[in-house]
Order: sequence, then structure tokens, then C-alpha cells
Amino acid sequence: MSSAPLLETQNLGRKFGQLQVLSDFDLRVEAGEVLGIIGPNGAGKSTLLSVIGGSVGASTGRILLDNEDITRTSASWRARHGIATSYQIPRPFLEMTVLENLLVASTFAANARGKKAEDLAIGAMKSVGLEGYANNPASSLRLLDRKRLEVARALAANPRILLLDEIAGGLTESEVPELVDLIRHVSASGVTVIWIEHVVHALTAVATRLICLTYGRILAEGEPQAVLNSPEVRSVYLGLDPDGENEAESFVKNRPSEVQKEPNTHA
Amino acid sequence: MSASVAQVLVEQRTHFVRRWTRTSIIGSSSFLVVAALLAVLPFMVNLSLVYSMIDLFILVILAMTWNMLAGYGGMVSVGQQAYIGIGAYSMVVLADSLGLNIFAAIALSAVVCGVIAIPISFLVFRLVGGYFAVGTWVVAEVVRLLVVQFPQIGGGAGISFSAMSDLSRDWRIATSYWIGLGATVIVVAACVLLIRSRAGLALTAVRDDMTAASTSGVMVTAVKRLVFVFAGAGAGIAGALIAVSTMRVQPDSVFSVQWSAFMIFIVVVGGVGTLEGPIIGVLVFWFLKQLLADYGPLYLILLGVIGIVFVLFVRGGIWGLISRKGRIELFPVGYNFSKKL
Ligand SMILES: Nc1ncnc2c1ncn2[C@@H]1O[C@H](COP(=O)(O)OP(=O)(O)O)[C@@H](O)[C@H]1O
Ligand SMILES: [Mg+2]
Repeated sequence: MSSAPLLETQNLGRKFGQLQVLSDFDLRVEAGEVLGIIGPNGAGKSTLLSVIGGSVGASTGRILLDNEDITRTSASWRARHGIATSYQIPRPFLEMTVLENLLVASTFAANARGKKAEDLAIGAMKSVGLEGYANNPASSLRLLDRKRLEVARALAANPRILLLDEIAGGLTESEVPELVDLIRHVSASGVTVIWIEHVVHALTAVATRLICLTYGRILAEGEPQAVLNSPEVRSVYLGLDPDGENEAESFVKNRPSEVQKEPNTHA
Repeated sequence: MSASVAQVLVEQRTHFVRRWTRTSIIGSSSFLVVAALLAVLPFMVNLSLVYSMIDLFILVILAMTWNMLAGYGGMVSVGQQAYIGIGAYSMVVLADSLGLNIFAAIALSAVVCGVIAIPISFLVFRLVGGYFAVGTWVVAEVVRLLVVQFPQIGGGAGISFSAMSDLSRDWRIATSYWIGLGATVIVVAACVLLIRSRAGLALTAVRDDMTAASTSGVMVTAVKRLVFVFAGAGAGIAGALIAVSTMRVQPDSVFSVQWSAFMIFIVVVGGVGTLEGPIIGVLVFWFLKQLLADYGPLYLILLGVIGIVFVLFVRGGIWGLISRKGRIELFPVGYNFSKKL
């Protein structure tokens, strides 16, 4: 007997006007996975996360959580049922302090009260190293700290499924392993992670499976190294000669900043 | 059983969260001291000042509750006069026709307005932005047109409020003043408690980013409806106070859109989306009104100009200028992270 996946999309599609950003998207995510998503800018990665998180509606298709159709539920409902969204361009509550931002998630998404809500918020804050800014309004944070806050807010929601969108860009060489460690910890605690990232070596350090997206479709999928070495991904995403031997791996490992800055675009 | 992030994020409890700060202790106690001093004012100054202070109380109630609606909930209504009018008429019916005690009548007027706000919310919540504003105004006009159809409550000419007419003029003014002061303290306290509560945390998040609030689990529409009802009840109290202080309810005056214009001015000048702003805004508005009362239309033009200047150049209002360098709270609504000693 094969049990249903934790999260499943069937035939999922999203159009913005005439632009078909996602089409016929079928995805199965098992509990405990760390699913990495790569792909050129404009491929529809962020749109996919937004449709799963509920802040953007699906034009066609279904989303199932625990085999239950949640396509018509609101973003708020999904947050309260374990799907934690984070935005690629952070959207903190600007006039609220860092701690208060996190309390919103722990109080409403995680439905915690009193000390429990505080512990969850403070724990999330410490895990991303923002405790020094606890009482500062989010508007005073620089972009990198706003990204940390975005991750912390998703963690404070005590999620079953954590959606992350390009959180490693801009981190220093010593900060990336810390982030990888955090995600590894979160994953080990039983949380399923779907992580979009251009800093590929960060992703491959924890991902159990990798998907490469282009034009709203899956270009390649599978074991991370295999995906990175597949000819399609090499030419479309990494911009390498599709037939070169094992270049992808060294490219990814040694020149992460270039991968991160200049992925091919469709434009 | 499966573990969870909560267990990874174990808090070592080297810190705790405080609600009260030094400024909020000072601010809140000052608020109570000022209220106590205001209570003895009728014994100290002449009655015309006491009488005009009732206006100030009405404006504080309107501005505080409109700010909850627009400043926090993002619902820029120009139709709160619907509830001012309904509150004023309810007061007449409850206290005069049904003979209820004045305090009970005021409280019930607020309840009536809150209940009426529920179906109205389902109507106007279909609209957003400018359409919402116009929609609320249309609703207020419809309510006015309905109310003047009933000769039993005075039709277009209005009706007088006589529950307090057997008091001497001086006692009547002083009593109206005390009722107004009491109602104001209660409404301000209710606003503070609401913002301090769990619902207030949700509302503050909605104020800053509605979309992010919903992805953080906030039930945005429910919170907005709660505030819509709350603000309707608040405007109803203001209407009841108008009946008490002027002893007359005139439809063209209680249902006037000018109330909305005043609320917007006060909140914009004082500081949108803060508890302190509307109180400051009312003081500015009230002093301008006392200073310029003799200039007629010029006074309204000046208010308009000041309002526009604030909207364009002083976004946070006066309170925003004061608290620009970090957050100052006069009421204990925030959450402060501090080290355990
Ligand atoms: N709200 C929107 N309205 C219109 N077009 C959008 C919207 N969001 C995304 N798009 C378009 O959809 C495409 C995919 O965007 P996105 O999902 O952000 O890609 P990625 O995250 O892979 O870079 C882009 O062409 C983008 O311009
Ligand atoms: Mg993106």
C-alpha cells in the first residue's frame, strides 16, 4: 500500500493575463523531503510557491494536502494548517518590531498563546541571529536582515511544510553553511522543505531531490547531482556545454557567486 | 509522534517579553490623571468652555474609532455618519420613548449600531479602496433617506431629546460633560485593550501588510469585520452624546458627511494607525476650531490646506514626527524583548 504524499499538485496552472506562468504542473512531495528548486529567472518558481502558499490562486488544476483538496482554501487557512510561506522579496510588517513580526506568525499560524507563542517567536528569532534587533522596527532592517526575518517568520509558524524563496543570495561564504545547518536542523525535526535557490551549492548540501523549472514546466527532476549533470539543465540553467564531463559539479562548488548572479534568463 | 520546529527552536528562557514600558506607564497614568482633572473642570471654569469640551470628547471618540477602521484596518470609510445618526436616534427612542436610564440608553445605542454594522459590512466588504469609501458614503445617505421617512421620529425636521430637560441648564451641561468624559475614557480604554489583545496583534499586522498577515495565518476578513462593528458602535456612542449635549437630533446634521471630513483631518494630522495620533489630532483640530470659529468658510479652507500638507509631506502625522527616532508608546500595546535578570 503506497500512502499519499504530503503535498501534491495535479495539472496545476497559473496565467497572468496572456502569460502562462505555470502549466500542467504535477508535483508530489513526500513528508520529510527537502525539495530543491532551481531554474532561470522568470521560470515561474516563485509563482509556484505562491500558488502552493495560497497568496496567488491557481488558474487550473488542484492542490492536495494529505490527499485533501485545498485548492480553494485561503492563504490564511493554509498557514494555519502547516504551510508556511516566505516571500522572495521580503514583506515584513514594517512598523512592528522584529519580535512582534514573529509573534504574529506564532500566534496565528501556529495558534500558540502566551508563553508558548513567545518561546516560538524568540526561538525563531535566535535561530536566524536576529535577537539583537528584537525591539527594532522591521523598517530599520537592511535587506539581508529582512530576508532573515522572512525565514524566521516562516519558522515561527511551526510549519509542516516550509516554503523558502532565494534566501541565501547575498550571504557571505561563512554565513551560507550556517543557513544550510539551520535548514538541516529544521528538516531533521520533521519539517518538509521546498526551497528555491540560486546558490546551488547551498541547496545541494541539504536537498534530497532537485527540480529544474523552465517556462513553468519541469525540465529535469531527481537526485540533485544527476539533475545538475543532465544535459538539459547544463545548457538551459547553468549555461554550460551539455556534453562536458563533470564540469557542472565543479562549477557549482567553486563559483557559486556566478551561478547566483547570472543564471540564464528567458527574456 | 513527529517532532516539530517548535522543539528545534527551544527557547533557553534567558529572555522574556514585557508589555509595559517606562513610557507606557507614564503615558497611561498621565491619561488617567488628565481624565481625573477633567472631571472636576465644571467646578473651575465657565460653562461655555465646559460645553465646548463635550465636542472635543465626541471628536476623540470618533477619531479613535475611525482610526481603528482606517488606520489599522485599511478601511477608509467616509460613512461613519450613518452610525452617528443611528446612535443619536436610538438614544431618543431608548431614553425618551422607552424611558431607559441614560447610561443604559447610551450603551444600547452602541449595541444597536454594532449590530446594524454587521449586515452593512457584508455589503461594503465587496468593495475595495475608493469604491469602499464611496460605498460607505452611499450607505450613510441611504440610512438618512430612510430615517427621514418616519414622522414618528420627526421626519426631515428632526426630533428633540428631552430625557434631561428637567435638569437646570447648568446641571444639564455639567452632566452631559461628565457623561461625555466617561464615555471617552471607556472608548479610549476599549481601543487600547483591543489593540493590546490577540485581535489587536492581528489588526496591527493587517495595518502593515494585509497579504503578509494572511500568509501568517491572520484571518484578515474576520478581523476587519470585528473592527468595522467596533467602529460602528463607537460612532453610535458619539451620536448618542450629540443627542445628550444638543438636546436635539437633526438628520441633516447627524448624518452630515462633514463628520467624516473631520475624522479624516484629525487622524491624518495626528498620526494614522497609532493610538496616540488621534488624541493629538483632536487637540489640534479643537484649538483651530476655537481660534478660527469666527471666520466661517475660511476656517474650513484652512483645515483642508493643512490636511493636504500633512498627507503630502508629513505622512506619519504629528505623532510620527515625535516618535520618529525609535518607537515611543504611551499605551502598553507592544511586545518588548528583555534579558532576564
Ligand atoms: N502578479 C503577477 N502579475 C503578472 N505577472 C507576474 C506576476 N507574478 C509573476 N509574474 C510573471 O510570471 C513570470 C514568472 O515569475 P516568477 O514566478 O517570479 O519567476 P521566478 O521566481 O522563477 O523568477 C515572470 O514573467 C513574471 O513577470
Ligand atoms: Mg522568484
